Amino acid sequence: MSATGIGASVKRVEDHRFLIGRGRYTDDINRPGQLFAVIVRSPVAHARIAAIDAGEALAAPGVVAVYTGADMAADEVGGLPCSWLVYSKDGSEMKEPVHPPLVPDRARHVGDQVAVVIAETRAQAKAAAGLVDVDYQELPVLVTCGDAITDGAPLVWDDVPGNTCFDWEIGDKAATDAAFARADHVVRLDVVNNRLIPNAMEPRCAIGDYDPGSDLTTLYTTSQNPHVIRLLMGNFVLGIPESKLRVVAPDVGGGFGSKIFHYAEEAIVTWASRKLGRPVKWTAERSESFMSDAHGRDHVSHAELALDKEGTFLGLRVSTVANVGAYLSTFGAAVPTYLYGTLLSGCYRTPAIYCEVRAVFTNTVPVDAYRGAGRPEAAYLIERIVDEAARELGIDRVELRRRNFIPVDAFPYQTPVALEYDTGNYDATLDRALEASDWQGFAVRRQQAVGRGMLRGIGISTYVEACGLAPSNVAGQLGARAGLYESAIVRVHPTGSVTVFTGSHSHGQGHETTFAQIVSDRLGIDIEQVEVVHGDTEKIPFGMGTYGSRSLAVGGSAVVKALDKIVEKGRKIAAHTLEASAEDIEFADGEFRVAGTDRATAFADVAFSAYVPHDYPLEELEPGLEASAFYDPKNFTFPAGCHVCEVEIDPETGVVRVVAVTASDDVGIVINPMIVDGQIHGGLAQGIGQALYESCVYDESGQLLTGSYLNYCMPRAADFPFFNVGNHVTPCTHNPLGAKGVGEVGSIGVPPAVINAVLDALVPVGVTGIEMPATSEKVWRAICDAKGDAKGRAVAS
Amino acid sequence: MPTIALTLTLNGKQVSAEVEPNTLLVDFLREGRGLTGTHVGCDTSQCGACVVLAGGRSVKSCTMFAFETEGLEVVTIEGLAPAVVGGELHPMQAAFREHHGLQCGFCTPGMVLSAVDLVRRHPNPDEAQVRHWLEGNICRCTGYHNIVKAVQAGGGGGS
Amino acid sequence: MQPFQIHRPSSVAEALAALRGAGEGKLLAGGQSLIPVMKLDLAEPTDLVSLAGIDALRGIRSEGGRVVIGAAVSHAEVEASPDVAAAIPALARLAGAIGDAQVRNRGTLGGSVAHADPAADYPAALVGLGATVVTDRREIGADSFFTGLFETALVEDEIVTAVSFPVPERAAYAKFPNPASKFAIVGVMVAATGQGVRVAVTGAGPSVFRVAEMESALADGFRPEALDGIAVSSDELFGDGDASAEYRAHLVGVMARRAVAECA
Repeated sequence: MSATGIGASVKRVEDHRFLIGRGRYTDDINRPGQLFAVIVRSPVAHARIAAIDAGEALAAPGVVAVYTGADMAADEVGGLPCSWLVYSKDGSEMKEPVHPPLVPDRARHVGDQVAVVIAETRAQAKAAAGLVDVDYQELPVLVTCGDAITDGAPLVWDDVPGNTCFDWEIGDKAATDAAFARADHVVRLDVVNNRLIPNAMEPRCAIGDYDPGSDLTTLYTTSQNPHVIRLLMGNFVLGIPESKLRVVAPDVGGGFGSKIFHYAEEAIVTWASRKLGRPVKWTAERSESFMSDAHGRDHVSHAELALDKEGTFLGLRVSTVANVGAYLSTFGAAVPTYLYGTLLSGCYRTPAIYCEVRAVFTNTVPVDAYRGAGRPEAAYLIERIVDEAARELGIDRVELRRRNFIPVDAFPYQTPVALEYDTGNYDATLDRALEASDWQGFAVRRQQAVGRGMLRGIGISTYVEACGLAPSNVAGQLGARAGLYESAIVRVHPTGSVTVFTGSHSHGQGHETTFAQIVSDRLGIDIEQVEVVHGDTEKIPFGMGTYGSRSLAVGGSAVVKALDKIVEKGRKIAAHTLEASAEDIEFADGEFRVAGTDRATAFADVAFSAYVPHDYPLEELEPGLEASAFYDPKNFTFPAGCHVCEVEIDPETGVVRVVAVTASDDVGIVINPMIVDGQIHGGLAQGIGQALYESCVYDESGQLLTGSYLNYCMPRAADFPFFNVGNHVTPCTHNPLGAKGVGEVGSIGVPPAVINAVLDALVPVGVTGIEMPATSEKVWRAICDAKGDAKGRAVAS
Repeated sequence: MPTIALTLTLNGKQVSAEVEPNTLLVDFLREGRGLTGTHVGCDTSQCGACVVLAGGRSVKSCTMFAFETEGLEVVTIEGLAPAVVGGELHPMQAAFREHHGLQCGFCTPGMVLSAVDLVRRHPNPDEAQVRHWLEGNICRCTGYHNIVKAVQAGGGGGS
Repeated sequence: MQPFQIHRPSSVAEALAALRGAGEGKLLAGGQSLIPVMKLDLAEPTDLVSLAGIDALRGIRSEGGRVVIGAAVSHAEVEASPDVAAAIPALARLAGAIGDAQVRNRGTLGGSVAHADPAADYPAALVGLGATVVTDRREIGADSFFTGLFETALVEDEIVTAVSFPVPERAAYAKFPNPASKFAIVGVMVAATGQGVRVAVTGAGPSVFRVAEMESALADGFRPEALDGIAVSSDELFGDGDASAEYRAHLVGVMARRAVAECA
């Protein structure tokens, strides 16, 4: 292993600029002559827009323009597209109402974009936005999944009956029914996956910058995937060819999914800049983020697990209602279907699975991918019902899991819900977690807690997830409207330094380090010789960006493919220099060597030859040393693992304190252990946040009750212990790095471990169930409710 | 509204400027002085992305008027270490890098300056002290694990 | 934010003059409550009178069984003060649990007291310890100072200059913070003082209040068990998405017992 190669905990190269305050986030950019946009947002959840009077706003100081949906419609601006087409059980296409960037006639959630005010300063735009007079004629409001499916419920969209976007299914219903018919036990569980607000720390921002001279339009935006934005906005919304539209996503302050999607504000500032011939900037205030960034989760599910006498899983039946919000966001249709239903096998050999998902429109912010995107919902449901089964059947919960694991020798394993897992070793990650968490010693710790008057519980979850959606052709058959490959260019400079251009995007993941390590490893050069460039459609040929933990497995593999081409060409150049046949040239440790001899030439010398081709096979080879590659993965990757959480509950107040968290994950081959651990820490924190603290709550009228950090609880440093993380590697079998993906495992694996721990602490006092987030009042109430029938039962023993 | 004269020491240099009375310190720094290392992550004075040192103490620059820094020494993230080739990082900055205490980098300037204030007052803080102190600094990336380690390491190295 | 004029007096008299000359004048102390509401245009003063330059509002001194803290003293200074730590450690700890470090660095005792936020910590300290609010013209006992939701006995142009705390025999503050905002969902200050036992509750209702039944029970025996069976009615308490009234009422009992236990 080289000092900066694969497997080394290299310190991050991007850190320096962030630490000295020289990061360059979108809001740090200001263009000459720039105007400022403020969006007029609907204050009500559902209303007909009878009239908009912008007269007073237009007359306010500094105001340059006020535009409404009618203005955009007059310019034939298209709707914001959804990039996945889902079919209902009956073969019909999902309902896909048009989503104009500025709504012309009807507002469908609090925060919906009704108009934009553009002025010389931000303060002027903000002041004038308050002067736009909109006549809202309020309509009935739907907030929850339950509201939407009630018979006779009012409609969010007049032409979408039952508010149903689609009614999708996966799995073999008949086989599953048959499995239930012969089951010895059926365990039933209702679970809610609470709605979350992503809250990347950097609020979204967009600057449209039209250059009348070149007719080139540039959009600077807080995006995880600038090429996708260029494609969606350029092609579907504004009608600007790729060659005339540049999208730059500079340093981005966290995304967690929320910055994948093409948002209305991006189209609004781009369109307005082209209309006004001046740059137009919009920056979200945090309170706008709460009501305009796509939310996550929001499932209500009923699950049934069929088992035989020995506790072998025979079948799983799941019925889910998924809230997609008022509009279909970019991946809104894919998340509760292909990223959820397909994961319901978990790490178990459940032979028959059937899942139906009814996706419903409500008067809430659109729901889309948030760290984990579908897989946390699947893992939570499975791991909750497995624990429930263990309790009901009186089988040890670890033993029940082991009994049903897909064994190591069964890979590749075809699940009943479409996926084929390539590899894994679920016992290994479980064993490691049990040992690292001192599972055996828990009884003693629980007893000690009793002495302090505390209820202590331990919970476990064994999960599998799927990363790097692929391959493109299969995804296309399933409704994807885009490819799922990644691109890379490796440009070797004359002195042997290297610039890598990747279509992946780093917004905290550390690609500038990790990808450089791959180059360092493969070319045998120091990481200081490598620069990684991303986030600009003008520099990168194409890219699908960063989401679904795909960057290393897909984007990194594209880099490897390009590096292979570099080495291959270098071999030919070296063969010429060394007067040998190319087949006899070996490349290792930065040297091309004639096999079995000491005749060698350094990589840098080969690079120099390529650019100063004085002694060079010009008749066979072009000068220069640069390669590009597109990598389309053969399959998903399947990270898996085991998370253990230990909690102490204060029975007097209901406060749940997380006292220990152990994560034992198999994320495949690890390039930078330091970065990988950091990704797991962050995912764990968001997962624990979902389980204990975070919840997006609307009131009946569709007003967001958790619209700021005063009442949406963001976890702080004092809410966590240090995390105990470690891994067991089974390399991915189908990509050249053996990497699987790590960005989301924490937020997928840990929520059920937390709730299983809370229930482990509370079941002895008579509590039978609790939903996320397990807030102190909820826990206190559960204990109070249980007290009556808990008399005579041992307390926390 | 007439502007008012403001003189302060900003990152070691005396600065005089005219500001509106209602100009927030963060806007003065970002827009008036181009010091974009100070970030705005919320509008309710809670996230801590905008923390700077004023008069030697960490403050939220979104919850302070620029005029309130009259005569004070203000240090932003840009002023913590010399920004020149080979410029050495402040020990707290170096500790964040060494311990992978940052990911997206957005909360980092506020986090670092808050930590500098902590260790000046309480050298070698224990884990609980660090976690309590960081109540006003929200990070969404790291789970705080490596931030706590970094602050403890940076707090041992002096300031 | 609306524009306004600033005034920077160097004495209380000048501050009063500025306030009286203003259209809609507001005092600016640490600004940790005022600036956030001004950012939301919920307060739109025409004039801000900064108290930062008035030396008379600074300083902490111990005198004759009392600790007198200037109105412009920050929470961080109270937390770190050796005088406070020696005489009323519960007050130092209370100050150290307000908001977050940056709020404590800027926020002041006088500002918090005058603002009278129902979820602030200091009102529990003032009422629980039987403190006296000193203004430019009079002294007001804590019991009659806090009059309602964001309401105090201060008249329009009156300036808090200091708070004088009698040193209790023993005292402790137990806080149940809102996990999101860190304000008190319930905070209970319990003190055994020369004038008897005092139990003051903040966070639970529109204004800080005392619990007479708890005080008399503790007067009979100052131990946690003395509070067993005493229930606070939830009728007048806040109930919202953060905590229901019943839960707050329950927490008052729990926090009170814990504060008493901490006194031991």
